[in-house]
Amino acid sequence: MTLIDKKLNRRSFLKVSTLAGGGMMLSFSWLAGCKPTPEEVMTMPEEWFEINSYIKIGDNGVVTLFNPNPEFGSNVKTSLPMLLAEELDVDWKNVLVEQADFYPERFDRQFTGGSQGVRSAWTPLRTAGATARQLIVNAAAQTWNVPAGEITTSAGIVEHNASGKKAGYGEMASLAGTLEAPDPETVKLKDISDFQIIGKSKKNVDGTKIVTGKPMFAIDHKVEGMKYAAIVHPPAFGMQLKSFDKSSVTSMPGIQDAFEVNIFKDDYARNFFDTTTFPTIIAIVGNSTWEVLQAKKNLKAEWEKAPKSEFTAAGFRGNTTQVTVPEGLENSDTHKAKMAEYIQKPGNILRKDGDPEGAFKKAAKVMERTYTAPFLAHNTMEPMNCFADVRGDKAVIYGPTQAPELIRQTIASSLGMPQENVQINLARMGGGFGRRAYSHHMTEAALISQKIQAPVKMVYTREDDMSAGVYRPTYSATYRAALDENNNLLALHVKAGGIPESPIHANRFPAGALDNYLAEGWQIESNITIGAFRAPRSNFIAGAEQSFLDELAEEMGKDPIEFRLELLRRAETDPVGEDNDYDPKRYAGVLELVREKSNWSNVPNGISRGVSAYFCHNSYVAEVVDISIKDNQPVVENVYAAVDCGIVVNPDAAANMGEGAIVDGIGNAFFGEMAFENGAPTKTNFDSYRMIRHKEAPKKIEVHFVESNEAPTGLGEPLFPPVFAALGNSLYKATGKRLYEQPFQPKLMEMENLRM
Amino acid sequence: MAIFNLTVNGNSKQVDVDPNTPMLWVLRDHLDLVGTKFGCGIAQCGACTIHMDGAAVRSCQLPVSAAEGVKITTIEGISEKGDHPVQKAWVEHDVPQCGYCQAGQIMSAVALLKDNPSPSDEDIDNAMNGNICRCGTYTRIKAAIKTASQNV
Repeated sequence: MTLIDKKLNRRSFLKVSTLAGGGMMLSFSWLAGCKPTPEEVMTMPEEWFEINSYIKIGDNGVVTLFNPNPEFGSNVKTSLPMLLAEELDVDWKNVLVEQADFYPERFDRQFTGGSQGVRSAWTPLRTAGATARQLIVNAAAQTWNVPAGEITTSAGIVEHNASGKKAGYGEMASLAGTLEAPDPETVKLKDISDFQIIGKSKKNVDGTKIVTGKPMFAIDHKVEGMKYAAIVHPPAFGMQLKSFDKSSVTSMPGIQDAFEVNIFKDDYARNFFDTTTFPTIIAIVGNSTWEVLQAKKNLKAEWEKAPKSEFTAAGFRGNTTQVTVPEGLENSDTHKAKMAEYIQKPGNILRKDGDPEGAFKKAAKVMERTYTAPFLAHNTMEPMNCFADVRGDKAVIYGPTQAPELIRQTIASSLGMPQENVQINLARMGGGFGRRAYSHHMTEAALISQKIQAPVKMVYTREDDMSAGVYRPTYSATYRAALDENNNLLALHVKAGGIPESPIHANRFPAGALDNYLAEGWQIESNITIGAFRAPRSNFIAGAEQSFLDELAEEMGKDPIEFRLELLRRAETDPVGEDNDYDPKRYAGVLELVREKSNWSNVPNGISRGVSAYFCHNSYVAEVVDISIKDNQPVVENVYAAVDCGIVVNPDAAANMGEGAIVDGIGNAFFGEMAFENGAPTKTNFDSYRMIRHKEAPKKIEVHFVESNEAPTGLGEPLFPPVFAALGNSLYKATGKRLYEQPFQPKLMEMENLRM
Repeated sequence: MAIFNLTVNGNSKQVDVDPNTPMLWVLRDHLDLVGTKFGCGIAQCGACTIHMDGAAVRSCQLPVSAAEGVKITTIEGISEKGDHPVQKAWVEHDVPQCGYCQAGQIMSAVALLKDNPSPSDEDIDNAMNGNICRCGTYTRIKAAIKTASQNV
């Protein structure tokens, strides 16, 4: 039996009807497109009984489970209900899944990000399933007048062996829904060995809707009388609106209005996810998307340089910070020059073990390498957009967001209404990658709707989306290793920074494995906005660190996997320092697994092979990338990944996400780059911003999971950071040249007539 | 504005729009067929792929004025029950992550298999290279096309 976390929030296990101020009624299928099809209606019960916030059971035994978290492609809409279904003990074939709206009275953590969806839901959702199961058991006990302890369940059937009584859950649901919920702390969860659903691959619950083109995204939404809106934002970071000529668009066909939108109220204290590049934009409203897009092209606006600005913002852990947005029009060339300057200066010391300075002084040899990477745009396939219907003192917002809770505060403030009057319904997102944690697009749509007092759908063009900021920062990391005359490693020093944040995780490997270790950070302020991007900071520092360790292993004459394992053995048996935030044994485990699965020592003919490993989001990943050079082009032939993320809830879907992270990493390593000239992004669409395409994807990807009984940890992000170095290290094997600058493609083009 | 008579998924439709309006927006805003997706607006991502007389075209670059007198097919029209071999293969391989690009991917794949029922890896690469999948499901897309090719 697994003991449950005593800190569980009780409201999740209560019925909404018992909650104070019930709030909004649960909106099943409020979207026209989600109405059950006639085939589905055949199996629909005549009556549903609500067992708790997550679970409804029909009189015929059909079960509806709510996915509380926003879905951006990580498949929580399938994997979280699997947790509920497991402990409820029902047959997955009889389960329907509904996306919950944002509903804090019912659900605890409606947030998608940080790879924490399954990890955070693991105990609460299993407990919600188990308490609901207990209610069914209690109802049966009452009905049959037998002790609840003698009742068993299996696949939606409740049974009392001694008396031979047996019933479907549907027959008990009516009574179960009226019984008092058991104390969740008294409810037993299944032993791992008894799992029937967790650990068995289930298809995406929305798979059929996706392949038949059903409306699922906010951009697909439409209601009677809805208007369409486009936005125009300043052409560069460091610019703001001076004035615009409304008549340049309002005389055009289908155009109703054009006006300024100020996203924040003056006295509003911004929260952590309120990153907004342009707090004032122009909105154009009309009768169709095409008409507002035509007007957008015709709009005459004047822009001016923005002065330095300051505002107060809530920090990540509740600390308030003063944010300064510097003035000026920035350039990528200047960024590079500034970063090169900072490499030479002392940084902030983030961790120091032993006597690194002394070790470097007595070193026979010092190896120093600097790695850099550019800003990256998230480029979700579905551009930022939102539907809003704000009339009077009520707002209904349907949009793509990873973080509804925080944006509701913002929207409420900007609209000037209480939070309770703002209903946020969660759309499936066409990608997120961190970008949609910053949901100012929803505030913009809300303000546009409020102004016209009509429902509106606002859509960014690709150009708006790519030039609106909230990028992955540009980074630089300098690694130095001190070696003695026998090539023993004496000390390691990392100094890393970026614009505008440092990528350092000072307490991660190889900290803890070295007697003498120094980590320093630095940052340069900027008016280019940044945001979380799949495995923030890790997505750069892993590539730098693991490329350096590869080169260091070579210098020391060691096999790259064996060298890492040696360091990890030291960290396990005799760790240096106290705050090491990784488990060396699990770390070594994924390296050993990838060594086995890739058949590491037997490199096939014509293949160049590189390895890398990293720990982030509580999970361990090692990857081997195989490349060949064909017709002067690097071809990624195979990728082998070994992953330790604890128990894997939905293995095939987990593999899919891992494959995607690997493809994403290879694409960004080869091509990903956002640059700036006079504050303006130099790339605003896919003709210039190169994305990985079908031909460039690996020919084969194998994702192997470590067998584990540990509770699940992160998965959406951890496979992404290690790819960069595994690819770079394999390219070195193929070309004889180390790659220090991302993206790799321009440097590769300079080599041996390579083409890409 | 002008009246255009269109044949979409076998049905006759009439719209009154600016002649330059791309079919993408005619489908989405005027005919409520929103399976066809907006991704880039410049024929670089493939999310808006539809069929014109069976050939894959990017609907963001096809003005409604050029869409009269031809048969337009969208993701909603390739099968009545969502059981086209390509759709079934997509579900079988559990291809989608976010799902946004997949209608376009499927439309490109269906057009490929119509012309070339047994495509090589290279044929698939070439036919699918215009469709970006930001989630990176390319290896599953390729596997699904191979499965579908057994059943078309």
